[in-house]
Amino acid sequence: MNDPPAASASSSPPPSGRDLVACPGCDTLYARRSVRRGESAWCPTCGERLYGRPALTPEHLMGLVIAALITFLIASAWPIVEIRLQGIRNATTLSGAALALWQEGRRIVAALVFLTTQVIPLCDLLLVLAALVGARQGRGQGAAPAWAAVALRLLLHLRPWGMIEVFTLGIAVGLVKLSTMAHIVPGVALWAFGALTVLLAAILSFDLRSLWDAPLPAGTDAVPPPPSAPP
Amino acid sequence: MRSQPAPDPAPPAAAPPLRACEAGLIACSICGTVSRAEPEGMPPGAEARCPTCATPLEARRPDSLARTWALLLAAAILYIPATTLPIMVRSSLWGNGQETIMGGVVYFWTSGSQGLAILIFSVSILIPLLKMASLAVLAASVSLGRPGTRWRMGLYRLIEFIGRWSMLDVFVVALMVALVRFRTVAEIEAGPAAAAFGAVVVLTMLATHAFDPRLMWDKPGSSSR
Repeated sequence: MNDPPAASASSSPPPSGRDLVACPGCDTLYARRSVRRGESAWCPTCGERLYGRPALTPEHLMGLVIAALITFLIASAWPIVEIRLQGIRNATTLSGAALALWQEGRRIVAALVFLTTQVIPLCDLLLVLAALVGARQGRGQGAAPAWAAVALRLLLHLRPWGMIEVFTLGIAVGLVKLSTMAHIVPGVALWAFGALTVLLAAILSFDLRSLWDAPLPAGTDAVPPPPSAPP
Repeated sequence: MRSQPAPDPAPPAAAPPLRACEAGLIACSICGTVSRAEPEGMPPGAEARCPTCATPLEARRPDSLARTWALLLAAAILYIPATTLPIMVRSSLWGNGQETIMGGVVYFWTSGSQGLAILIFSVSILIPLLKMASLAVLAASVSLGRPGTRWRMGLYRLIEFIGRWSMLDVFVVALMVALVRFRTVAEIEAGPAAAAFGAVVVLTMLATHAFDPRLMWDKPGSSSR
């Protein structure tokens, strides 16, 4: 095996993996420093955010996630809007919109709408909850359980595909378009979508990687030093 | 090559900052822990895993450039039917009609909602186009061996952030189709462009995620590229 150049560090004790940070944008190495709540470190080379301590505590985040789950249920189950035309009424829920497309034969579009506005946002919220519960357990035992990392891994892949806030803007545009041809009565879910957009913005701003920071002071047993460390 | 694995946060101006790949280190994409790319005692061919959270470690996203180009090409081809075919088909007592994305922009512009016309035009026509062009420029800069700049990095972050908003028109169509179902009076159906347009958004997002920005900062000809 090739001897990595870093292994030639013999004078100083080798650092633990949590003392270093490699920029996710350009791979430059930095020594990790402790930051205050709400502070972040940014890469001077490429400008990417390196790490930080969220302004919210994990407990705050858990509260927000539960609030978002309730709002999500209201937004999904109640009609978004009702339109009246020539004495006929018609209302739709979010899944009703996906179903209408499906029945019309536009199955790809229907699946896309259903996944990005229902399945993925729900999975996102549940996975955040799982990661938080895992990190909480980990604080007692010294290390977060492996499934918390699996939840987070899944979450990072899913997250870009949740599009509640885009859908909320889509409702606004659609209503303007329909307002010229029919009478519009906003439904409960319309307000729920507005509230959900705000809640999700707060939830998404929480850097979940920091869950591995707080319960692990540098150099604990939970972070094994690099294998080539001298005994 | 410096021998210290822990660089000073403010390295002296003479020495370029040490990069993880040059030090034989990999950062975990999930928890950020930095560990050795090839830990001692690891059997050959075994998969390196993060010591903190056991996530499989990858120095760079796999086949980054090839995947980016393939997805970009597919998106560029689908962009043509997405913008030329009708996205909505209307039938009502007042007449039937088809509407392309551009038709929707013109409708808003002429009916007095210039702000919405500009929003739809940017989100549906301009952003997908600029996104594909920008990603092509970034991928080409890697292939040509140009050094990374903060400007290009900023461009990548911008297209990563803005890409999902192009889905707006698909959602507008979904809502209209579900609401305007008045049998003989008025009916709106989704047109063939809706699926094509959704596919363009999905493919450009996949292309953006396949592209690894760290490649822009790798030295030309290095093994990680």
